[in-house]
Amino acid sequence: MRIECPFCGERDHSEFAYFGDAACARPAPGAADAQARFVEAVYLRENPAGAHRELWYHEFGCRSWLQVTRDTRTHEILEVRLARESTAP
Amino acid sequence: MRYSLASLLRQACSGHRGWEAAWRDASPKSAYEVLIVGGGGHGLAAAYYLAKVHGLTDVAVLEKDCIGLGNAGRNTTIIRSNYLLPANNPFYELSMKLWEGLEQELNYNAMVSQRGVLNLFHSDAQRDAFVRRGNAMRLHGVDAELLDARQVRRMLPILDFENARFPIQGGLLQRRGGTARHDAVVWGYARAASGLGVDIVQRCEVTGLLREGARITGVRTTRGDIRAAKVAVSVAGHSSRVAAMAGLRLPIESHVLQAFVSEAIKPVLPCVVTFGAGHFYVSQSDKGGLVFGGDLDGYNSYAQRGNLPTVEDVCSGGMALMPAIGRLRLLRSWGGIMDMSMDGSPIIDRAPLEGLYLNAGWCYGGFKATPAAGLCLAHLLAREESHELARAFRLDRFATGHLLDEKGQGPQPNLH
Repeated sequence: MRIECPFCGERDHSEFAYFGDAACARPAPGAADAQARFVEAVYLRENPAGAHRELWYHEFGCRSWLQVTRDTRTHEILEVRLARESTAP
Repeated sequence: MRYSLASLLRQACSGHRGWEAAWRDASPKSAYEVLIVGGGGHGLAAAYYLAKVHGLTDVAVLEKDCIGLGNAGRNTTIIRSNYLLPANNPFYELSMKLWEGLEQELNYNAMVSQRGVLNLFHSDAQRDAFVRRGNAMRLHGVDAELLDARQVRRMLPILDFENARFPIQGGLLQRRGGTARHDAVVWGYARAASGLGVDIVQRCEVTGLLREGARITGVRTTRGDIRAAKVAVSVAGHSSRVAAMAGLRLPIESHVLQAFVSEAIKPVLPCVVTFGAGHFYVSQSDKGGLVFGGDLDGYNSYAQRGNLPTVEDVCSGGMALMPAIGRLRLLRSWGGIMDMSMDGSPIIDRAPLEGLYLNAGWCYGGFKATPAAGLCLAHLLAREESHELARAFRLDRFATGHLLDEKGQGPQPNLH
């Protein structure tokens, strides 16, 4: 599996650290239903078989956080963008 | 037909032409009392115990392909009960006890071999952690022995005892642990369940769930709709996908775990060995091949195959432990899809929808748990309450904070 880093070009995935589903946003801690929202954000996952938006960190490269869309059935990389430029879920 | 020396002799005299199929390949009826989705070891074991212990025989096991072709045939066949947590240890020990009587119970040779499981330690801190685990096991009545380096060397001269970076200081040995033939476990349970009247339905993929309001009333399959009072999901690796049919999200990620087998060599490993300084576990099959594995690839996957950096990482763990295997050729490698739960422990519980039951989140530990998971799932289905040794495996523990994090990694499924 090779990931096309926006800065470094196509690199082997062993240069990257995986950080899981990109859709997990930290809820507002002051909200009335904050506890239930935190349980969802920390523990519950869509875990799709197909396109999956996920975070990878280019640890042995430019050290940027990337949002990668990847097909979990084939490992095909569909899209790579910088995590800070991606829109929240 | 009961298997015995007498039946073998009778068949030998008639040219082995009289053997019957071990179990019935059934066509699905339109309704059952209990449906079990997933014809792996767990599902078949649950069906067997439903019929045997609870007298429920209006049961069908639905398998999308052929039984035992998923994780039941992809694991590294290790059985053990060397767990630390008080919720885990008695459950896995129940499983170990069931393994010990399994072949007599099923009248089927599952090749259960209690050759021992040895976890090596390489530092003072690791030794202390293993002493603690060994003591916890012994407090639960499970066998555990602490070996020093000299005793390990006598058992396993093939290991590298001159490793300056990760010297082998000793190991924690569970002599009752070992291996079992995974395919035979599947076939044995299938034969026993089928013999008691359970329908085993193959090439029958569940594509949806039938529901009336908040109640699950059956499943939609590639072989038609089948109604049931109770539906149990036992499809570890793909639990999230079936749960999604019910609109549920689970505390589970699917990850690929690779395993390997080398060409056959003469006996070098009398027991299962795990390397404590990396992640590498190995046993030698009866045919002589080294069967081994290590870490997950580490990213969500349903692909049943992994990538080469993990192959290199696992093999380098093996080389650090026993450099003598460096000239061995790999015969095969393969991947299985693990239900990695958020705390590394399984779920055997009712789902939030009435009529739906979950047996999921088995992480690396599904095979060794096969008999106990089947027994406890059957208990839950028949009695509507958790088995006393599976009470902690609740789905709501992630919300209530009663996590079972054996490894202490937190909610990072790829690290459990």
